[in-house]
Formats: sequence, structure tokens, C-alpha cells
Amino acid sequence: MSQQTVPVDPAIPDLLESDVERDLRATVRNLLDKRAAWPDVLARTESDELVDTALWAALCEIGCAGLAVPVEAGGAGASWAEAAVVAEELGRAVAPVPFLGHAMAVAALSHLGDTELLPALAAGERSGALAVPFATAPGQFPRSLDGTVLGIADAVTAEVLLVLDAAGSLRVLEATEVERTPVVSLDMTRPLTDLRVEPGAGRLLADGPAAAAAVEHALRIGAVLLAAEQIGVAGRVLEMTVEYLNTRRQFARLIGSYQGLKHRVADLWVALTQARAVARYAAVCAATDASDLPVAAALAQARCSPVAQHAAEECVQLHGGIGFTWEHPAHLYLKRAVSAGIALGGPDRHRAALADLLDLPGPTDPAPMR
Amino acid sequence: MSDLTERVAEFLAAHDPTTTDRWEFLRARFDAGLARINWPVGLGGLGLDPGEQGAVDAAFVAAGAPDNRPALGVIGLGMAAPTILRHGDEDQKRRWMRPLWTGEEIWCQLFSEPGSGSDLASLSTRAVPDGDEWVVNGQKVWTSLAHLARWAILVTRTDPAVPKHQGLTYFVLDMTAPGVEVRPLRQLTGESEFNEVFLTDVRIPDSQRLGAVGEGWAVSQTTLMSERVSIGGGRIPRGGMLEPLIRTWRDRPELRTAGLHDQLLELWVEAESARLASTRLKQQIAAGRPGPEGSAAKLAYADLNQRITALELQVLAGDGLRYEDSAGHRYLRARANSIEGGTSEILRNIVAERVLGLPGEIRTDKDVPWKDLPR
Repeated sequence: MSQQTVPVDPAIPDLLESDVERDLRATVRNLLDKRAAWPDVLARTESDELVDTALWAALCEIGCAGLAVPVEAGGAGASWAEAAVVAEELGRAVAPVPFLGHAMAVAALSHLGDTELLPALAAGERSGALAVPFATAPGQFPRSLDGTVLGIADAVTAEVLLVLDAAGSLRVLEATEVERTPVVSLDMTRPLTDLRVEPGAGRLLADGPAAAAAVEHALRIGAVLLAAEQIGVAGRVLEMTVEYLNTRRQFARLIGSYQGLKHRVADLWVALTQARAVARYAAVCAATDASDLPVAAALAQARCSPVAQHAAEECVQLHGGIGFTWEHPAHLYLKRAVSAGIALGGPDRHRAALADLLDLPGPTDPAPMR
Repeated sequence: MSDLTERVAEFLAAHDPTTTDRWEFLRARFDAGLARINWPVGLGGLGLDPGEQGAVDAAFVAAGAPDNRPALGVIGLGMAAPTILRHGDEDQKRRWMRPLWTGEEIWCQLFSEPGSGSDLASLSTRAVPDGDEWVVNGQKVWTSLAHLARWAILVTRTDPAVPKHQGLTYFVLDMTAPGVEVRPLRQLTGESEFNEVFLTDVRIPDSQRLGAVGEGWAVSQTTLMSERVSIGGGRIPRGGMLEPLIRTWRDRPELRTAGLHDQLLELWVEAESARLASTRLKQQIAAGRPGPEGSAAKLAYADLNQRITALELQVLAGDGLRYEDSAGHRYLRARANSIEGGTSEILRNIVAERVLGLPGEIRTDKDVPWKDLPR
């Protein structure tokens, strides 16, 4: 677990969106509306090319590949807060692009101060992925002991892969140097891959504590971006649900007039309002490299994961029969939300991290009844 | 800001808080526009953005200035003041605002009735005109501070022949007027924070009416919205709501179990989330983008406080059974959080209808004259 000291009661930064971020959001949403409307996304889940590489290239063209990387290092010279805005929009569209995995590779390389590979990745000239199992929590990452890594996200189309080997060293491999096996994943909009690597293959990037710190940082940045993505998912399914409650009639009434349903969406909205503030706080902490980032990232995942999953489950339920069909987009969001809720640790592990960071220890021995 | 800091420094130099009489000091602070900087000039404020109020208050506290008894001023400051500022005429504002702010005059709120809680507009306390006065009869309930209050904000029915929302009129009532009787109401904690108030042939001068005759519903909305913002708001430090529980948890390892641990962490996550959300709301309001999140914040805090106080009792186990320990009181008092200031059910309706745009409840009483409604 992290040994960093975090402030007990840090000042809360500005949690509102800037004008620049609003413009970026509009640009990305506009692009996704045209290129990743849900029928297209659905159709792609049944095709041979699960990742939309053309859309990814278009996103790279507007700088999304290296938002947090300085211009002189090949990036767009913005910050992780802008990257979070993009992640949220990608979540709204359940867009099948390798943004998250690529961003984690960029985060690891930035943390290491790499100058060889980072510029190409940050500029979007090449795509990368951090090859750790997608369910890995920050601070709990396994090493690849036998050259096998299972269940990596966003690695299907990656051209370079960052792999943590048996010695705990971080190595970089070209896609041609690895054996990739696609996995049928629960979330078809974010396919998983199993990987086999020959021990000792590739170029050594970092070893020892430096490698561990870079991977931990990348996972933490991943958690922050994932939280933003979950807000996008939750926001969209809530909109969809409210729209349905305002159109569907039963017993000669709009079903949205039933208090039993109204109260459920009201509760979702309250939870989403909180999750949005938490995700934004984490993004600002990541952007400013605040000392509270470990708390903020764990908090964001502990709160946003269950909210997104619950919102997607309610979306299915409140749509009734149509919500359970393949032809309705609700299942795309449900699958994304439930997968994202397991990715990078899951709420339980993030709460455990918080226990450590906040000095709220659990029982040392099974407590006897008093 | 530097201009404001200077003003505060000048004021404190001219009025030494250690030697000046309490009320004299507070009146002078009001007259200097340093009571609430966002209030109008001449009425305790400077017409400024409220963002710097915290710094002003802190400077006064640091100088050892007397406070205006904020615990007794909750209704006055939180509900009566915004309503008077918005709907009162110049004479009314001048008469009431200063002693309200200084804490010399306590206020209470005569809204709820035994038959009208969530359905406030159905209230039946009658006000009948008589020359320049109104004669009021009825009964109010759940009135905090009524036993200490000098003034009350009061909603009455002035026209029973029109539908319920249209026949209401809003007044300020002198609590010392003949015919006002306050009886304490004992609540499930055993305490009496609230009162019943009986109004028998109470006379109110027409000059104490706020807003037009028949406009009482619109005026009362200002009061209710202010109430929810003040209940849901407040600057809370990280972990603040969980503080007593966290202290017990750290000090007494023998009380910890794995299940309680996870519940504690879940509540920490939710409390911190609610805190960040209400901070974001305040930033939105300060940026001139007021949102409807006030109702959401009140809803969230009520639920959180109830779950936190319930968990605290579980953690304390045997010690929680001893009522003299305040954990039991905190648990019982928290039951009111989802009832007072608008029940959580009504607030969910508000979120669903006003924020999410869902259809209103089916209303059978909307166009029916109040006198014809079944009671």
C-alpha cells in the first residue's frame, strides 16, 4: 500500500468545468454522435473488428492520445482533467476505442520520464497499452511470472505493450514480439486479450521500485479516468431512462407519473450528482498531482463504480421487457458499467485502500462479542 | 478583498470588541454593512458577492467579537431574512432586519399544522380582515423556538372559496400579541425542541403582511427553498459527520469487526461524496449557475446522518444501550432529519419533477375551492 502522506482535510479545489473543457467536450461529443451512434457500436460488437481504429485515429488527431503530456514531449499540453472530460464522453457513447489502456501506458511512460517512446504515443502516432490484467487494483499488481498475462484491456490493437515481468521490471515490447489471444469479454465494447511473452524479450524500461511506482501511478490515473467514464455511462443511462418514463404509457398514464418509479430515478440522480463531484475532484487531483490523489482516486472508484452499475441495472429494469432485448442499447451500458466496476480493483479494494490511507484500520483479530 | 479586509480592520479599530457592549457592537457591525456582505447597503450588507463572507466572519472571530447567537437565529437568518429581503417593503426591512441579524429578536416559523404537513397548501389557519387589521384563528405545530421567539413568519388562509394555493396570505406575527399560546411538544428523544402554537383571535396589523393578499404560496416558496439550502449546506470538514464514530473506532480496537469496518468505509465514502457534491453546488451558485441540487443535498444528508448514527450504536454495542451516552440521542434525533424541512419523499418528488422533468403527481385538488376539499 502507498506510503505517501495525504492531508487530513485538504482544501477543495474548483470542481467546475472550464470553458476550454466545455469546448473539448462539445468537440468530442460531436465526433462521437457522428461516428459512434449506438447502432454502430452495437453492430461492431458482432463484427470481427471490435475496436474502431478509424474513430481512434480521429480522436488522436484532435489530441486525445496525449492530453496530459507537454507539447514538447509530443502531447497536447493539457492535463488529466481534460483527459477525464474525454473519458466521460467516451463512456456516454460506450465507444469502442482503446483510450483508457493507451492513457495508462502514457501515464507510466510520463512517470518514468521516458523520452524514447512517449512522444510517438502522446502524439497518437502509435498506440500502446499497459499489459496488466484489467482487474488489477493500484498497489496490488501481479507480476507476470511465466510470461503470461491474462485479461488485458485495450491491447487488441496496441502496437506497443508495457509488460511487468517476473523480476518486477517493466519491459516494452512491439506487438510483433508477443502472442495475443483474444478473449470473448463481458463488455464487447472493450475487448480483452491474453498475452504470452518470451521471458527476457523486449527492451527494459525500468526495474525495481521505479517500475513499481510507474505502474502504480498508471493504475491510479486509470482509476481516475475510469471514474469519469463511469459518470458518462451513468449520466447517459439516466437520461435514457427518464426519456422512456416520459414516453411510455400504461394504465392510461405516463409511467413517469408513478411515484414508485419517480423516487428511484430521483435517488439515482442524487447519487450521480455526488459521483460527478467525486470524479471531478479526482480528475483535478490528477491534473495538479495533488498529494491527496491516492485518496481521491480510491474514493472515485469506491463511489462511481456502484453508482454506474446501479444506474445501468435500473435502466434495464425501468425499461421493462424492451430493456432486456439485444436491440435496445441498455445492455451495452450495463456490460460496460459492470465490467468497469471490476476493472482496476472494484469498490471493495478501493475501500480497503482508503482504510489504510485514512487510518481507519480493520480488526486485527476476530472480535469476540462483548 | 483587500478593500473589505481594510473595512473590517477599520471597524474593529473603532469598536474594540473587548470593551464594547455586545448589542451595541453587533448593531454597529450591521450598520457598517459587515453583517452579511451580500445583503443590500443599509440593510447589513454591501451588496457584494457572498464568497468573502467566510473571511469576514473569521476576522471577527479572531478579534474576539461577540456572535449573534447563530443557534437561536437559524429560522430568522436562514428563512425569515431571505423572505423579508425578497418580499418585504422598505419599512418592514428596516424594522426587522437589524434585530434579526444581531440576535436580539428570535424568529420562528408558523407553517405546519396538525392537518397540513407535506401538503402545506391545505392549511386551515384563517385570517379575516377587520379594518386595518387581520384576525387570525388556528393551530400550528412543529414550531422550533416558538417559546423564545419575538416574531414569527406565518402562512394563513384568507380566501377559502378559491383553490388551495390561491387563497393564502403571508404575515409576520408578533409572538407577544394577545391570543398567542405556545405549548411545548415532547418528541421521541424526550426533549421539547418543538412547540404547538394556538392562535385565538390574534390581531395582526396589515402593515405586517409580506407580499400581496392571496400570494402567500409564492412567498412561502422563498422560505422553503432557503430552508433546504441551509439544511443541506454548511461547511463540513472531511469526515466531519463521522467524527464521533471515527474517534470511537480509532480509540477502541476491541469494538472493530470486519462487517462494521466495511460499513464504516462505505459511509466514509458517501459522506465525502456528499461533501464534495455540496461544495460543487456552492461553487456553481457562486459562479451564477444556481442548480436544483439543494433538495438533493438535504435528501442525502438526512439519509447519511441516519445511517451514520445507526452504525455508531452498532459499533458501541453494549455502551450504545446506555442512553446517557449521546450516541443514542444522536440516533433518535436523526429520525427527524428525513421529516423536518420537507420529508425525503416530497424532496424526491421535487427532484423527479423539477430536475428530471417527470410528470407531476395526479392531483384531484388543484381546481377545487379549498372549502370543498374533503377533510
